Formats: sequence, C-alpha cells, structure tokens
Amino acid sequence: MSGRSAAARLDVVTPETGAPQAAAPITDLSARRIRARRRYQFNVYALRLLTAAIVLGAWELSTRYAPTVIDPFFWGQPSGIWHQLVVWVTDETALGPLWRQVLVTMEETVGGFIVGTISGVVIGVLMGRNRLLSDVFSIYIKAANAIPRVVLGALFAISLGLDIRSKIATAAVLVFFVVFFNAFQGVREVERNLIANARILGADNRKLTTEVIIPSALSWIIASLHISFGLALVGAVVGELFGATEGVGELIYSAEHNFNANGVFAGMLLLAAMALIAEAIITALENRLIKWRPPAVGSEVQI
Amino acid sequence: MPPAIELHGVTKRFLTPSGAVFTALRDLDMVVQPGEFCAVVGPTGCGKSTTLALISGLEPASEGQVTVLGEPVTGIAKEIGYVFQSDAVFPWKTVLDNVAAGPRYHGETSRQAREKAREWIARVGLAGFEDRYPYQLSGGMRKRVALAQSLINEPKILLMDEPFSALDVQTRALMENELLALWAASRASVVFVTHDLEEAIALADRVFVISAGPGTVKANYPVPLPRPRNVTEIRMQPQFTQIYSEIWNDLKDEVLVSYERQKRSGAA
Repeated sequence: MSGRSAAARLDVVTPETGAPQAAAPITDLSARRIRARRRYQFNVYALRLLTAAIVLGAWELSTRYAPTVIDPFFWGQPSGIWHQLVVWVTDETALGPLWRQVLVTMEETVGGFIVGTISGVVIGVLMGRNRLLSDVFSIYIKAANAIPRVVLGALFAISLGLDIRSKIATAAVLVFFVVFFNAFQGVREVERNLIANARILGADNRKLTTEVIIPSALSWIIASLHISFGLALVGAVVGELFGATEGVGELIYSAEHNFNANGVFAGMLLLAAMALIAEAIITALENRLIKWRPPAVGSEVQI
Repeated sequence: MPPAIELHGVTKRFLTPSGAVFTALRDLDMVVQPGEFCAVVGPTGCGKSTTLALISGLEPASEGQVTVLGEPVTGIAKEIGYVFQSDAVFPWKTVLDNVAAGPRYHGETSRQAREKAREWIARVGLAGFEDRYPYQLSGGMRKRVALAQSLINEPKILLMDEPFSALDVQTRALMENELLALWAASRASVVFVTHDLEEAIALADRVFVISAGPGTVKANYPVPLPRPRNVTEIRMQPQFTQIYSEIWNDLKDEVLVSYERQKRSGAA
C-alpha cells in the first residue's frame, strides 16, 4: 500500500497474490522446509510413543519381577488394566454394559458444563456491565469461590436426590466460577475505544452488549472452557461418589471396594479419553468462533 | 445558517484517581463554519482530544456551552463521525461488516447496510478486501476501513483524533490526499486534531493553536492556500512556509512550556 503513488489514490487495490513463484531455488527451499516439518511431526509422535512405552514397560516389568517392591495388587498392572478394559468392552461391567456407564457420566458432565457455562456467562456479563451489581455481590462470589465446592455434592445428593440432577448441579457449580470470572474480566477489559466507536456509530445499549462487549469477552470465555470441561468431569465423578447406581465414577468406586486396582486405572483411562475428545471439540469450536484472531506467534513458517 | 460547531467558555475538569482535580480545558472558545476543515494543534496533553470528546457528546463539559449545528450537545448526535487515534475498528468483524455497522445500528436491514458498505469500501480503495479481518490488513488499510466506517453515516461533522499519526510517511501523505478528496465530496465540517503543524496547514482552512494545558485557544490562523491541494506538493510553496513560520512562532512557546513542565514533574 505504501508503495503506491499518490496519483493512484482511488484505484482499486487488488488483494496481494504474492510474488510469482519464479525461481526453482525457492520451490526447492519450501519443499525442503515441508519435508523438515514432516520429519519433526514424525519425531514428536515417535517420542510420545516412546514415553508411553518406557513408563508402561517399567511399570509392567517391576510389578512382574519385583512384586515385593511394587505389588500389582495395590498398584495395578498395565496388562491387567488392558485385560479389565477388554472384559468391560466384550462382556460387561459390574454395573451393566460399559457404553451405558460412559453415556451416563457424559450426560452428567455435558449437562453440568452447559448449565455452568450459561449461568457463568450471563451473570459474568451482567456484573461486568453493572457497577452496583458487582460491588454488592462480588464479596459473596469471592467467599463462595474460596470454599471447596466439591463438598456441595453432598448437599445436592440430599436435596436433589441420587439421580442425574445432583451430578449436574455439582458439575455446574465447579464450572460456574471459572467461566464467571473469565466472562467478568473479559467484559471489564473491553477496549474503551471500541465502545466509544460503537456509540458514535449509533449503537444503543443492547447492540453495545451483543456487538462489542460479548464478542470482545468471547476469547476470555472460550479460554475458560478448556479448563471447565475437565472440572465438569470432576463434578460428575464426585457427584457419583455421593451416591449413584451408574456411571464411570461409580464404576471406579465399585472397583475400589473390591480392591481391584486395575479397575480403578481402567476407569481413569476412560475419563481421560472422554476429556481428550471434549478438548478436541472445544478447540474446534474456538477456531470457528474466533477466527478473527491473528494466528499465534511462531505458527508462520520461516524458510 | 448557524455555525457547525460552537464552543463557548468551555471548561473541562477531571477527578484523578487520587482525588485531585485536573483541569484539561479552560475557558475555550472555538467556532467552526459549515463545510470548514479545521485543524487543532497544540503540545502533548493540552486537551486536544478532550475537545473532540466534548463536541462528540461522549463526555459532557464541566462549564460552558457546546453547540453542534445550532443545537446544544446533550448526548451523541447522529450527525457526528469520529475517527480515533488508535485502531477502533472491530477486530471480530470483517471489513464489510465493520463498514456496515453504522447503517445497521441506525436501523437499516443487513442487506441494505452491506450494499451501502460495498460502495464505501470501493470508494476508499479497498474493493476485494470485504471478507478480510482487520488483523489481515496493514495499518493504512485499517485506517481506510475506519474512514469508510465513519463516512458511511454521512456525518455533517467529522472529528479526527490524530488519525494518521501511526502511519509511515508515504502512507500518511496518501491517506491525507484521499481524505481531502472524500471531504471535498461530502462537504462535512472537519475538526482534525494533530500535533504535526505541517499536516495541519496542508489539510485545513483554519488552524487553531491550543495553549499548554489547561488548554485554551491561543490563536487561530486562516490558511488561504488554494484547493484542490496535494499535500506533498503544497509543502514546497513559499506561502506554505510563510504560514508555517507564523504559526510555529506561536506554537513553539506552548511546546516549550509543556516540555518544561514535564521535565519538572519528572524530576519531582
């Protein structure tokens, strides 16, 4: 743009298409770069596998050849965990079919996640926008945030019963605070220039909230979703601890009651898999919702 | 016809976080005629931006009267456009939606607004960039978006707060010429705040010199250079140099006062 002459003032500036890829050395260079990147990716995956192999191998070998030091009865054994999973998948668990346990915990987690996120965003935005509200209620929210909230699971088990509602409530309470604080902070950090600009352009209060405040706070809110899904999972599993008949958490407790360490690990593995899948979904959502953000520093390829 | 903008005995005070009263403007008088291009120059921190905030209705005056198009300012008037110093385009909107924001806020349908926006995007030379996000544009291009965003509302008053100060010299000259062309077509009244006296003279019909804070109008100078102007060429004319040295004599003292004060508050 700066290279254009003043005479070309109102000319249509065509999108830059980049310099023509003329010389062979450049093609060669970029091909080399792509190869290097592929090799790097391959190395990353290989090292990940190696890490898992070393940890699991050491675990397996020590429980097998030194059971007096690491007793598989207490510490489990990778082959035993695998066997437990195979039994759960092909046969069934102590509580019924495995898919049913995963589904129940998933429902509780997603339910708590949604309830906690929506209430966190709504109350966070309201309090971020309204000085009086935040001055009055901030002390209570800080106090509530300071107590270990998982114990509320016990209360919900009494008041809401042993069905899915008490688990959703426990998960939602954990999620709420994280999302709330991020939404609140996000609203507070909106650039004043942007608000002034929107007002000059004619935005009323409602438009200001939906068109400036919320989009601006969105990157804060979405950042909190990564953590809060994990917390929702914690809430659901803890909720199952206080009384349940189904779910992965309950599966873990029933394994624990039977001194089945492999069962505990197998349940943890299921929870980890669920969390990883959810994380991938949230990342995809993030990329869709905030595609206006510049790519992270360092993601550009230098050749 | 009433003046486009009239400030009469305007004072603006702020309460600093420590509780002290800070006077940004004191007893300021300024009149801008319809269709006039005015530049406001003054040392750093003299309240130039505050003046714009008062005219726009973003902030109320502590004392005195602010009148825009014959009406006292009570809030943000529909006839006002404002180009901010730093980037104020919405980073989450594409160029098209950024420019279409004004008409949409004023109740036009999305389709109407976008159609109009396309026209304005072409007029500021950004055709083909409608679907880009601001981060994908250069600083100069973002300024074009900001210009189109303001001008699409067809403001009768255009306020500009050092809009080009962050641009490199060449882009800046380019944008200044474009601004003059767009202004000539719109005939809006412009108040253009800058700390660059050359830019002020090259663009404006009249230059207001604001004294070191608390700001008040020290003097105003008509700039009788012929239009249409080319900002790069006009700087070479002897008349330009003459006007420049005349205004600089006035401005220099204020800059020195402001500088001395900064040094003292830095030493304290």
